[in-house]
Amino acid sequence: MRALKWILTSFVVVFILAPLIIVAVVSFNQNRYMDFPPEGFSLHWYAELWNDTGWRDAIVTSLLVAAASAALAVAIATPMAFVLRAYDIRLAPAIFALGILPFMLPPVISALGALVFWSSLGFSGRMENIIISHAIFFSTLPLITVSLAMETMDPALPEAAQTLGANPRTSFRTITLPLLVPSMITGYAAAFVLSLNEYIIAFMVSRFSVVTLPIKIVNDLRYGFTPTIAAVAVVFILIATTIFTLFALFGNLLKFLGADPAILERER
Amino acid sequence: MSEVRRPTRGSWAVLSFPLAMLTVFFLAPFAIMFATSFYHRIEGGFYEPAFELASWERLLQGVFIERTLFSIGICLLAGAVCIVIAFPFTYFLTRMRRRSHVALLVLIMSALALSEVIVGFAWSVLLGRAAGISNILVWLGVMDESAAYQPSFIAVLLGLSYIAFPYCILALYPQLSRLDPELTEAAQTMGASPWRTFWTVVVPIGRPIILAGFLLAFVFTLGSYLIPAFLGRPEHWTLSVFISDQATFNANVPFAAAMALFLTVLSLGVVGVVTWFEGGTRR
Repeated sequence: MRALKWILTSFVVVFILAPLIIVAVVSFNQNRYMDFPPEGFSLHWYAELWNDTGWRDAIVTSLLVAAASAALAVAIATPMAFVLRAYDIRLAPAIFALGILPFMLPPVISALGALVFWSSLGFSGRMENIIISHAIFFSTLPLITVSLAMETMDPALPEAAQTLGANPRTSFRTITLPLLVPSMITGYAAAFVLSLNEYIIAFMVSRFSVVTLPIKIVNDLRYGFTPTIAAVAVVFILIATTIFTLFALFGNLLKFLGADPAILERER
Repeated sequence: MSEVRRPTRGSWAVLSFPLAMLTVFFLAPFAIMFATSFYHRIEGGFYEPAFELASWERLLQGVFIERTLFSIGICLLAGAVCIVIAFPFTYFLTRMRRRSHVALLVLIMSALALSEVIVGFAWSVLLGRAAGISNILVWLGVMDESAAYQPSFIAVLLGLSYIAFPYCILALYPQLSRLDPELTEAAQTMGASPWRTFWTVVVPIGRPIILAGFLLAFVFTLGSYLIPAFLGRPEHWTLSVFISDQATFNANVPFAAAMALFLTVLSLGVVGVVTWFEGGTRR
């Protein structure tokens, strides 16, 4: 059993790391074509990410889409999470289900829906369309984080404010909202990262006229592999690893993932 | 917040913005998609309002049925690969020392945050002829000549398992970390080997989450577009790729709409089974 534990753990680590390591090795290649073993060491392909206008435009477009759609997703999710938890609404389960449905279904369904919707309105292929479609698809994430925060909030706090004479609006603005901010930020970050990575919805909505980073990668791959694509991949991998390492060092990653409190106590 | 009040006019006003957004940009597209599935397709990529069942009738034809069965088959297989590795791995993980426990979780979460574009690209490099795993084997002298292992069925299966694996672990982790260590200790005090304890104590307790994790991995891989498109030949395409291909390159939107509605029903069915099953175990 002990042997099995080590074999299985090593297998999982190799399985997860192998493709990422190969990509990192290729990205430092001096040659334009991908080779293994690589010839020479060069950071040329990383510089090209910023110097090549095609790549730079794609990066800027993706960052704009991700920043705006995540903000809109939080704006859709927060009032919903608040009202559904704070008030006794008979349709609450149905409304909540409607909020998580877009994310539960395979993305190609939302992508095709967005395609027929925008083309029936007569204006397709704009960045705003991708922002709105991404906001709807990813609003599920802030909806879940803010709903969890509402559940764990001490009900005595807004009550106390209202006993002291604050009207519901003031108590929401000065008590409830500030307490919801951390969960809104978590939801924003999750929607931002997933929007940055999303391909199929952006592709079907853009109709070849807006190029986000994933669309640019897929378009370039049609003409064959280049070390620049490997360099983009490494940047994405580093961003993800950095975020979660920081989370593990300064936040409570285990608790966030739902570990048993007893494990958190266990000191070894 | 446990203090629950009757809804006021103000609360409906606050709720109206998200409801309007979801109605206009999620429900309306669904309604338009439903209508489009009955439209008449004009050769050359356009369609006009009509009422015909041609697209729905195509769902009963060979190609579509073959794609559906293939998709269900390969996604069930990917779900099975995930759960068979993820369940014992997560069990071991929750019993590891703090440092390796956290390090492995950081690794898994980082893999989860990776885009399908990156995962598909990385696997196509790893399994490719130019810079892949076969080059390492040639370099080590194990093989004479480098070979390409993609596009192939195995490549698609590996890619699908790779993207679903971290989600599978996340689904199992909270419950397995709560598994009372006294249960396994008791079994071993009574003389059961660790192996026997795992099969007779841990697996039976974990049965509901094994099923839930397996079905979630299945639905998740069913939604993957880029992995089958990158790592497979057209005969390895799943429904998601087939739908996108019909909608964009073949420009048959009515048929794509009918297939998308079918995929909606299929996914909702599986999610419904998971929810029903989880509700059943909680009671």
